[in-house]
Amino acid sequence: MKEINVQDITKVVEELCIKACTTLGNDWWQVMDDAISKENSPLAKDILKMLEENAKLAADTGEAICQDTGVAVVFLELGQDVRLIGGDLYDAINEGVRNGYTNGYLRKSVVSDPLLRKNTGDNTPAIIHTEIVPGDNLKIIVAPKGTGSENMSTLKMLKPADGKEGIVNFVLESVKAAGPNPCPPIVVGVGIGGNLERAGYIAKKALLRPLGQKNPLPHVAELEEELIEAVNNIGLGPQGLGGRTTALDVHVEVAPCHIGALPVAVNINCHASRHAEAVL
Amino acid sequence: MIKLTTPISPEEVKKLKVGDQVSISGVIYTARDAAHKRMVEAHSKGEKLPVDLKGQIIYYVGPCPAKPGKVVGAAGPTTSGRMDKYAPTTLDEFGLIGMIGKGQRSPEVVEAIKRNGAVYFVGVGGAGALLATKIKKVECMAYEDLGCEAIYRFEVEDLPVIVGIDSEGNNAYDIALKK
Ligand code: SF4
Repeated sequence: MKEINVQDITKVVEELCIKACTTLGNDWWQVMDDAISKENSPLAKDILKMLEENAKLAADTGEAICQDTGVAVVFLELGQDVRLIGGDLYDAINEGVRNGYTNGYLRKSVVSDPLLRKNTGDNTPAIIHTEIVPGDNLKIIVAPKGTGSENMSTLKMLKPADGKEGIVNFVLESVKAAGPNPCPPIVVGVGIGGNLERAGYIAKKALLRPLGQKNPLPHVAELEEELIEAVNNIGLGPQGLGGRTTALDVHVEVAPCHIGALPVAVNINCHASRHAEAVL
Repeated sequence: MIKLTTPISPEEVKKLKVGDQVSISGVIYTARDAAHKRMVEAHSKGEKLPVDLKGQIIYYVGPCPAKPGKVVGAAGPTTSGRMDKYAPTTLDEFGLIGMIGKGQRSPEVVEAIKRNGAVYFVGVGGAGALLATKIKKVECMAYEDLGCEAIYRFEVEDLPVIVGIDSEGNNAYDIALKK
């Protein structure tokens, strides 16, 4: 049994919120450099360079990369041998989000009720997903998600007979329908299998994988290759103003499902592929 | 790069062609969904608008709070489609001449742009930190209770935008996909 005090979790969540909203990983810089070198359209090149300049400025000054610092989506992998002490876990996480968004001068974009629409003023509550795993560590990933891209999410319950072709068509339809709204170049998370909620969950988790890294399952990695090619042939390009770079990457996650089901969820992330993690 | 200083005249707008890269200096106003809803509701009740938008430009943006010593936090464009329901009223009845946002507009908005000889600019979505450096002065004009969604007056210097839909209704997004 390892004891973790939830006050430490509050502190870590605060730091992760700020880090995720102001800095992008090395993986991001690599795929962006690569995209710039392969892009033919001068306007598209200019836009990509501007996004790099923006990311550099944000990292140097601690300013948010994008003003939509999103809803804080928090993924927990909680070791079953961890004993949490000092208070309520989810309260501690929300306190961390509150502190991070306040002390980091990040935008507060959460309303407490979807119909009454009153801003909570501190970006809480976070959306928290918890998985219980073996061991005695707690892994925390904070992934702020903006709404320009989240609003472009899609889910379709395909028929097993639709197969790979059906999946590819649905992903392409989703990316085309999203058009310029999610600030391309985008990152596409695709969740295949499971059921209604699992497909969405794994599509979102797919966005956490480093850019440029393929799914370890060969048949899924192959589908990813096919999808990135097809998505970048649409011609939408950066900001939807034309060009090759519509997506920086397409990540697919799969899950077991019913014999009669083929759920597919598409969760689009903007170029600001924001997430930061820590292990306690 | 075409340099424009606000307020821009109908003649200047007429000369802008889809895809032109433009840098804007001068005063612009901000508003998102919530502020649009209030303005349009106030107008329908015959109330006066909190700001005179005749000949002005609205920037669809909800910035991050300013850090100490700064005038504003990250401030890039938000998705314009959410304002489509209100935009024809802002053009037809408030006399707005330009909008800055990102993303496609509805056919109704494109018609209203043509009808009024207005223009729709797109900013680079996601470049909030960089665009914030072009904003030199910020003043809250109305609906302060809406926080980042309030109406602000921005004084900008060389804010980079692209003509997304010109006064004849030519649309940069449609053209990009046809290529
Ligand atoms: S879609 Fe992403 S990059 Fe674009 S404004 Fe929203 S959060 Fe920012």
